[in-house]
Order: sequence, then C-alpha cells, then structure tokens
Amino acid sequence: MKRLLSGDLPRSRVLAALLLLILFALAGAPFLFSGARSLNVAATICVFVLLAGAYDLLLGYTGIVSFAHTMFYGIGAYGVGLALNGMGPSWWSVLAGLLAALLLSSLLALLIGLFSLRVKAIFFAMITLAVASAFGVLASQLSDLTGGEDGRAFKVPPLLQPEFRLTDGEFLGRAIDGRIVTYYLVFFVALALFLLLLRLVNSPFGRVLQAIRENEFRAEALGYRTVVYRTLANCLAALLATLAGALMALWLRYVGPKTVLSFELMTDILLIVVIGGMGTLYGAVVGATLFILAQNYLQALLGSTAALFSEVPLLGRLLHPDRWLLWLGLLFVLSVYFLPTGIVGKLRGKSP
Amino acid sequence: MSDQPLPKLSLDYKPLLILPLLMLAALPLVGSGSTWVTLTVAGLAMGMMIFIMASGLTLIFGLMDVLNFGHGAFVTLGAYAATLVLLPLAGWLAADSLALNLAALALAIAVAVLLTGGLGWAFERVIIRPVYGLHMKQILITMGAMIVAEQSIIAIWGAEQIPLQVPQTFRGAIVVGEAAIEKYRLIAVGVGLVVFAAMFAVLNATKVGLLIRAGVENGEMVEALGYRIRRLFVGVFVAGSALAGLGGVLWGLYKESLTAAIGGEITVLVFIVIIIGGLGSVGGCFIGALLVALVANYAGFLAPKVALVSDILLMALILLWRPTGLYPVAKR
Repeated sequence: MKRLLSGDLPRSRVLAALLLLILFALAGAPFLFSGARSLNVAATICVFVLLAGAYDLLLGYTGIVSFAHTMFYGIGAYGVGLALNGMGPSWWSVLAGLLAALLLSSLLALLIGLFSLRVKAIFFAMITLAVASAFGVLASQLSDLTGGEDGRAFKVPPLLQPEFRLTDGEFLGRAIDGRIVTYYLVFFVALALFLLLLRLVNSPFGRVLQAIRENEFRAEALGYRTVVYRTLANCLAALLATLAGALMALWLRYVGPKTVLSFELMTDILLIVVIGGMGTLYGAVVGATLFILAQNYLQALLGSTAALFSEVPLLGRLLHPDRWLLWLGLLFVLSVYFLPTGIVGKLRGKSP
Repeated sequence: MSDQPLPKLSLDYKPLLILPLLMLAALPLVGSGSTWVTLTVAGLAMGMMIFIMASGLTLIFGLMDVLNFGHGAFVTLGAYAATLVLLPLAGWLAADSLALNLAALALAIAVAVLLTGGLGWAFERVIIRPVYGLHMKQILITMGAMIVAEQSIIAIWGAEQIPLQVPQTFRGAIVVGEAAIEKYRLIAVGVGLVVFAAMFAVLNATKVGLLIRAGVENGEMVEALGYRIRRLFVGVFVAGSALAGLGGVLWGLYKESLTAAIGGEITVLVFIVIIIGGLGSVGGCFIGALLVALVANYAGFLAPKVALVSDILLMALILLWRPTGLYPVAKR
C-alpha cells in the first residue's frame, strides 16, 4: 500500500477516510447509485481528478500558473473525437487520434515552454492565456475540421457502445452494458495515471520541482537546470491533460468547444486545485469530488433559493443559477486569502 | 564639471523602424492604394484604443511588479458606466449638433473614468495590497476578482447585448480620393495620441513622472531617498484603471455593442501587446499596440484564416528577436 502511494500517505485520519470513501464510491458507482446521471457525475469526477492532479503538478508543485491546461484537455478530446468521427468506430482510430493528440500537445507545450519559461513565471501565465484563447477561436472557426460551435458527435468502438452486453445476465441487479465498460475504462485509466502522478511528485524529479517552487535561485545554484525541469513539468502536465481529454471524449461520445475548451473549464480547474489544496495531489481528489458534486446538485439548490428571493430586485438576480460563477469566484478569492493550503492542508494540520 | 550634461542613453531606434516597414510591406500585398489607406487608418485607430487600455497595465506592472489579470474588468466597467450616460442621453447623441454630441461623450467618459478610477482605488486596497510580491497569488486573486466583476456586471446590467450609438456627427466616413475613412476612427486616433502625449509629458517632464520612472528602475532606492512609494503605487493604479475605463468607452462605441465579455476578450490582446512591448515599458506598449492592430487588419484582409492567430505569430516573431520584448525594462 505504501509503495502504491509512493510513500505519500494522507497523514490525517479524516482525510484518509474521505479518500477511501471517494475511492469506494467511484469504484462501485454503477452498482451503488442508480440512474444515468449519477454515473455521469462519477465519470466526470474520475476525469477531473486526473485533470486537476495534472494541473497541480504545475500550480502546486512547480509554482507556475498556466492557462492552457484546457487547451491540452481539448486537444485530447478533439484528437480522439475527430479520429473516431473520420475513421470509423474502431480501436485503431482511438489509438491514432490519441497519438496525434499527444504529439501535438507535447509539441505545443515544448514550444510555449521554450518561449516563455526562460523568462518569468508571469510571462508564462500571459502567454498560455493568449495561446489558449487563440486555440479556442481556431477550434470554433475551422468548422470543416472541428464542426465549429456545434462540435462533433461520433460513435465509439463497439465494446463501449451502450447497446453492447458483456454477459447476458445481470450483475448485482444491473446489466453489464457498454456504458459500464466505458465507465470502468475511465475509472481504471484515471486511477492508474493518478498513481503515476503520485509516483512522479514523490520522485527526485518531483522534489526538484518543489525546490524550484520554494526558491528558484537556490535550486539553480544547487546545479539543477530549472528551465529544463519546468519545461518537462509543463510537458508532462500537458500529456496527462490530453489523456484526460481523450477519456472524456470516449465517455461523452461528443466533442465541442463549450464542453472541452471553454474558459470556464479553466476556472473550474483552478478552483478545484485551490480549494482542494495546492501542492498535494489528494487536494485534487477532494476538490474535484466536491466541485463536481456541487456543480451537479448544488446549482439546482441555488435556483430554488433564487425563486424564493425573486421579489427582491438585485438579490434574485444575484442568486440566479446562471450566476453560479459569481459565487464560485468569490469562494475562489476568499480561499486564496484565507485557506491557502486548501481543504487537505486544513485537515493535515500544521505539520508539513 | 557641473556644466557638462549627463550622458544620455542612445535611442534604440530599431523597434521604431518596424512600423513604417510593416506599412510599406503591406502596400504591394494589399494592392489597391485606397484599400490600404482604409486598412491602415482602421489599424491605427484600433491600435490607439488598445494602447489606452494596455498602457495602464504595463505601467502598473513596471512600477509595482503586480500583474493585474483583472484589468479587463475595468475595461468592461468603463464601457458599462458609459451606458449610464449614453442611453438616457440618446437624444443628445442623435442630434445633429457637434456641441451636444461632444457634451454627451465627454460626460460619458467622465463618469466612466471616475467610476473605474474609484474602483481601482478600492481594488488596490482590498485585493492587491495583501499580495504584493507574491506573483502566483496575484495571478490567482486578480483572475478571481475578474470573474466576480464580470458576473456582477451581468447581474446588474443583464446578460443581453446593449447596442451603443456613435454620436451623429462622428458617424459615416470621409472620402479622401477613393479611400473611405470612418470619422470615429479618426477620433480614436486623436484621443490615443493625446493620451500618449500626455503620458509622455507627465513621465518625462514632471517630478511625479521622474519618481515613477525611478520607481520602475529601482523602487527601494526611491523609498530610501524618502519618497512614499505607496502613494505612487496607489496613484498609478488608479490612473491605470481609469485609462482602462476610458479605453472601454472608446472600444464599446467602436464595436457599437456591448456584452460583459468585452473585457475578457480584450485582455488577451492587451497581454500580447505588453509582452511585445516589453513588460513595464510605455513606449514599447505604444509600438506593440499599433503593430498588433495593423497586422490584425492587414491579415484580416489578405488571409482571414491567418488573422485568427496573427497576433500570436507576431508575438512569437518579436520574442524570437528580443526574448523580453521590444524595450525590456532593465531589472526584469
């Protein structure tokens, strides 16, 4: 167990219990909860744990802010989606799309890194923002290739299609159909990659990244080429985000700029990492779970509250479900000030 | 000894040459002279407006080492504040009288500048002050503040697009030879030049300007000499925010419609401009803004698909030539 977690134990009973609860709930989601919606929520959580974990590698461990994380996520999703759309629903198209996406992502990450990581962290943030927004415009404008604003729906390989049955009978009261197979594909790939990430941040490589975060000058004085390390971290995060995007495409069977490239997605990731706890991957797990649950179930609650206050002029509009982002933004600002170590940091207490 | 003038830095003229070279290079590509004039004026007008919005940001960064990702919120707020005046006074705008038109416009700009300046003051106190010197937190906090501001604007003014009218006298175009030049664009160029000249004068000919420039070079030394650099910070932040508001009014009128996303869209362009110019350099920002806008206009005419990424390509080229921008500020 210790080896599996790469020696990075939760170090807090409450946190450990919380993580186990999340793990079991996700592992048994198709059988524990009924309905397509809860399965969708569970799959989204799996993907976002991976996505936010990869982002934490940059933000929390290396201390650089990137706004291009959704771009890489989108490249993964579009890669798989467009390949399945163009080459038909086979595993070969998944593979081809994935490889092309990984190639493009690493190339872009390398280019951005070479241009901007040499100078200042702040430069990197601005350049990634610019590149990501240009990419978003491209994806929605090149409609011959990407389907424009409408995106593209596609068929997944037969094994993953909803009509597919693994066995004739039922297991625990549920037919094992293609959706469940897809869910477990998403779950296990996300879990494996998460453990890989955990391994990565607790390796000597990860330690160097943290050294760069704490004191770049000193890390460089100790003989580490910080530019190389930061570029490498950027590329790794990009690749993992690409994989997360590919998983999401397989799950949704659809790609479009709103679902995989929008700027809101980027703020969601930021929020997950900051609220969960920067600089610890468990933060990504807790943050993603809480956030996706809140997004799916709390938003409705906000709507009903808004209905209560609809008579009060401004308050009604402030509580409107479309203003969800407003409250998230406030929460975000407050947590950066008052909860810099996030939920996980709070649970772990003062000891490092 | 004392008679001798201080040795002057020689002017770095190379970036200055890019602009005329670019315009000349575009002429044969565009082909027709009148189209070229129209495109160039449009580019200059757009560039001036971008400069107004970007100059505050670059100065704030240069002096305070704070990168305000929420700068776009001031642009949006400025534009919306202007609607407070422009919509009730639609009659003044529609009237065919230069005086009434100008009065309405001036009033709108005054309201926008006062509101954004005031908000900038509060923003500096509440949001920025606790995170001086912490780059990562600055980025996160100002980004969060930007989201909150944008959403509040939607909550207050509604999500629908607000149509804006250019004052009657500034509508339409002047025809010079065969080239049609929109009047409003000339106004934008004029306002931009005035702002640039005023900034140049303040920075180079007044004591405050001297202190600001000294603060950009070495803030600690300015403090050690007994000046309260905090006050300078606040002043520059307020001025920068007000400039963003002014830019927002001009930009909103230029687009003739207004949504809450306007600030976010322009932020990206503004970032590209200040990166090209060199973070913290006002002169570089001016050249950068004009370059970006001209390239966008020429590219939009010559190859519309390329125009989508023309600013990024331009930025990449400039950074290949000078990795820290056209006029890098010494200490960064």
